[in-house]
Amino acid sequence: METAESKVLNLGFDNIDPPNYDRILGCIHCGLCLQKCPTYRELGVEADSPRGRIYLIKSVADGILSINEKFVDHMYLCLDCRACETACPSGVHFGEIMEAARGQIERNWKRPFLTRLIRDTVFKGIFPYPKRIKLLASLLRFYQRSGLQSFVRRSGLLKILPGDLEQMEQMLPPLPASAGNLPEVVPAKGEKKYRVGLISGCVMNEMFPFIHQATLKVLTENGCEVVIPKYQNCCGALNIHGGVREVAKKMARNNIDVFERARVDFIIINAAGCGSTLKEYGILLEHDPNYAEKAKTFSRKVRDISEFLVKISFKKPTQEIRKRVTYDDPCHLIHGQKISKQPRIILESIPGLELVELKEADWCCGSAGIYNITHPEMSMKLLERKMACIKATQADIIATGNPGCILQIRMGVQKHGMSAEVLHPVELLAQAYE
Amino acid sequence: MIVEEGDYFPKKATEGLTGIHFKYIVVKGLRLSREPKTKQGVFMDKKKWVTELAKIVGVGNVLSAREDLIVYECDGHTIDKAPPDVVVFPTSTQQVVDIVKFAHREKIPFIGRGAGTGLSGGALPLQGGIIIEFCKMNRILEIDYENKRAVVEPGVVNLHLSEALSEQGYYYVPDPSSQASCTIGGNIAENSGGPHTLKYGVTTNHVLGLEVVLPDGEVIQVGGKMEDPLGYDLTGILVGSEGTFGLVTKAMVRIMRKPEAVKTLLGIFDTVDDASSTVSGIIARGIIPGALEMMDNLVIQAVEAATQIGYPLDAGAVLIIELDGFKEGMEELADQIIQVCKENRVREVRVARSEEERAIIWKGRKGAFSAIGRLSPTYYTQDGVIPRTRLPEVLRKIAEISQKYGLRIPNVFHAGDGNLHPLILFDLRDKKQVEKALEAGREILKVCVDVGGSITGEHGIGIEKNNYMPWIFTPEDLEAMRRVKAVFNPDNLLNPGKVFPTSKGCSAEAKFYGKVA
Repeated sequence: METAESKVLNLGFDNIDPPNYDRILGCIHCGLCLQKCPTYRELGVEADSPRGRIYLIKSVADGILSINEKFVDHMYLCLDCRACETACPSGVHFGEIMEAARGQIERNWKRPFLTRLIRDTVFKGIFPYPKRIKLLASLLRFYQRSGLQSFVRRSGLLKILPGDLEQMEQMLPPLPASAGNLPEVVPAKGEKKYRVGLISGCVMNEMFPFIHQATLKVLTENGCEVVIPKYQNCCGALNIHGGVREVAKKMARNNIDVFERARVDFIIINAAGCGSTLKEYGILLEHDPNYAEKAKTFSRKVRDISEFLVKISFKKPTQEIRKRVTYDDPCHLIHGQKISKQPRIILESIPGLELVELKEADWCCGSAGIYNITHPEMSMKLLERKMACIKATQADIIATGNPGCILQIRMGVQKHGMSAEVLHPVELLAQAYE
Repeated sequence: MIVEEGDYFPKKATEGLTGIHFKYIVVKGLRLSREPKTKQGVFMDKKKWVTELAKIVGVGNVLSAREDLIVYECDGHTIDKAPPDVVVFPTSTQQVVDIVKFAHREKIPFIGRGAGTGLSGGALPLQGGIIIEFCKMNRILEIDYENKRAVVEPGVVNLHLSEALSEQGYYYVPDPSSQASCTIGGNIAENSGGPHTLKYGVTTNHVLGLEVVLPDGEVIQVGGKMEDPLGYDLTGILVGSEGTFGLVTKAMVRIMRKPEAVKTLLGIFDTVDDASSTVSGIIARGIIPGALEMMDNLVIQAVEAATQIGYPLDAGAVLIIELDGFKEGMEELADQIIQVCKENRVREVRVARSEEERAIIWKGRKGAFSAIGRLSPTYYTQDGVIPRTRLPEVLRKIAEISQKYGLRIPNVFHAGDGNLHPLILFDLRDKKQVEKALEAGREILKVCVDVGGSITGEHGIGIEKNNYMPWIFTPEDLEAMRRVKAVFNPDNLLNPGKVFPTSKGCSAEAKFYGKVA
């Protein structure tokens, strides 16, 4: 409920999607979120806790603070992992408040020229356009395979790049060969029970074609006809986390239209971060008179792959996988969508598989979208914390359902010279369906 | 337009302004950062404070930017606000000593802070100055299972201590609802309670000894690891002194073996009256459960929204009754309790069948305060204590007060020891409602005092209830307390302005109106 008063109160923000003041007031300052916040746990600083951040946002809304560098730093040091939402008895939608605040920052705060250039290129120039993502991926493949990468790395050329870019180059995982285009419709095996749409996404498509293949296999085995609309685009999660909301809205509208035309019962997503965003299109477009209702309808159809499989009582796999597996909860699955049992149910259904619980599985691994590029120091601290817990499990396989987390944990595994594999739960399930 | 300090809602002046005007107001509306004030009028440049403090704790452990400080202007009690001038994070007793000596020398007010979850403004730096934030002194130094004690630093989170002890089958008993965040140091300052105080007592019953930095920088040890301390019980004086006597840098606490068996019952009643009679009935039979908690209908609705564990939304009240101790005889006790419930027209009694079910019942109860945030943007928490036998009567009076002021007042409380937490719901943005809420709060506390109770059970006096102190104590009583305080804190630099009434004859309402309106 937005009252006339609450509108007036947004002094330090402009009128485009300001953080909802009534929802800010939902935070009653009890502090029960503190110990669940990774950055507060590391730093002990109130302004880097969920309660503190909301207080800062409220202070700007009240006109007591203005948007300045310090404010921006505190807002962006947040991982947007939403562990605080799970901890909050008052039901504060922290992610929504934070994302709105970042939207305000990007409109009303001028970043240094180079940062702006990079951000604009990535958020406005690449992510909204699937073709450009493909092109970029091809260029990167060429860069990695032609020997150019090793030359550049040896040459010290990277040193002249601004910090973010050098970091990005370092983190770049080797890209698998392009899987080509996915078919537009994949028929169900046996009797058709559902017609579902699959979000092919941006990174997933180029970096994890195997996960998509596994997802298709699992879905068709379970009687789903899968539609993969050609003209869909990236979900916009990274844009929203980065405060570039208007572009994200465009992307959302396109996806809504495309999937409306596809006439599917459910929309399946195998990336936790994207799933959380897709389920919140309703909030993103709540003030859009033409799309508010459509967005809600769209969001209601979205299901994480594990959520969907468990709901339809998926076919039990028969093939054995004699491995010790641990599961790490992606933040946007456990906190963003409150899904934590389903992936474990799937893993436990695989014959021979030994599932060991991971301590602090609900804790962020530090990947957090592009956070590991923008905030490498904090990100690495969290990764080290995660790796210590992973090591203790002595697992052969670490399963997790989000591309960012898979990349981050793979990096941790490599750094620690471990031999464990990092896979999506559906990859294991697909294997066990052989 | 200049936004006055404490004036958070300058709405009138900004109505109808948009675009560029907004920017203008933001700039003009900035609160000027507070001049470094010191009590005796000695001024030292604030920048120099930062440099001096950074020499002690390192640059990374000092905060002085406005954005960093504003978030420390209140704790769990949000009606009163005052930002510090600087926040420091010591990591050792020696650093605390050096900070305190510096503050003492420069006559700068200072105050200790844990997690800032207190509900009476105990961690509020009323006169600005230095906040000494203990969250980085969070090591468990020693655990001695044989002798059932542990030595911890003050920044250890209450629940983390119990978690560390859990594997060996031990725990730290006091469990305030904020235990997932609050620190042992803060618990000691406020003498915190919790649901299990009925049987096991409050924090002071679990503290054996303390290492304390006095406000002049001297380090003393009171009590010790032994069960029976010699000499004066200074530990008893320090625990619950609300951070006005000294800063705890080390605590020796009692730990206990987890009970052999625990049985948690959930009694669902149609009326609050029936539930309160049940409470009296249980105690009258000589049964002391580990916890005996009540939630009324409004709280049930909020908690159910937060946890979805299946509380019936139309119940008048629920009782959480927890038995703990030896296995033997527990079933009989549970039967007796169920019998009492039945005598009082209980609708249904549910028994937690697993540790998981028990945990979820408690999760609901411990998140109850915060869950109320779902019903109202702001509320005013009360902490009155009454003799258990007067429960039905007082609850009826609170219902009358609720009707009189037209404000919803949900109730969640430690029924077993008569510690009430009526939560007065209001909207901070509505001036009339604020006045009504404060008036209603005052009336509720008056009712508590009139039936022979008191104004606080576990949240402390702080800045919230200091002006009600004369309801309970005579001027002579208060003077005696002042003299004790003067022994520890003669310059009144440590946590000034708390506990004692601020001005004679000045009513509490006047103070609140001034702050909120």
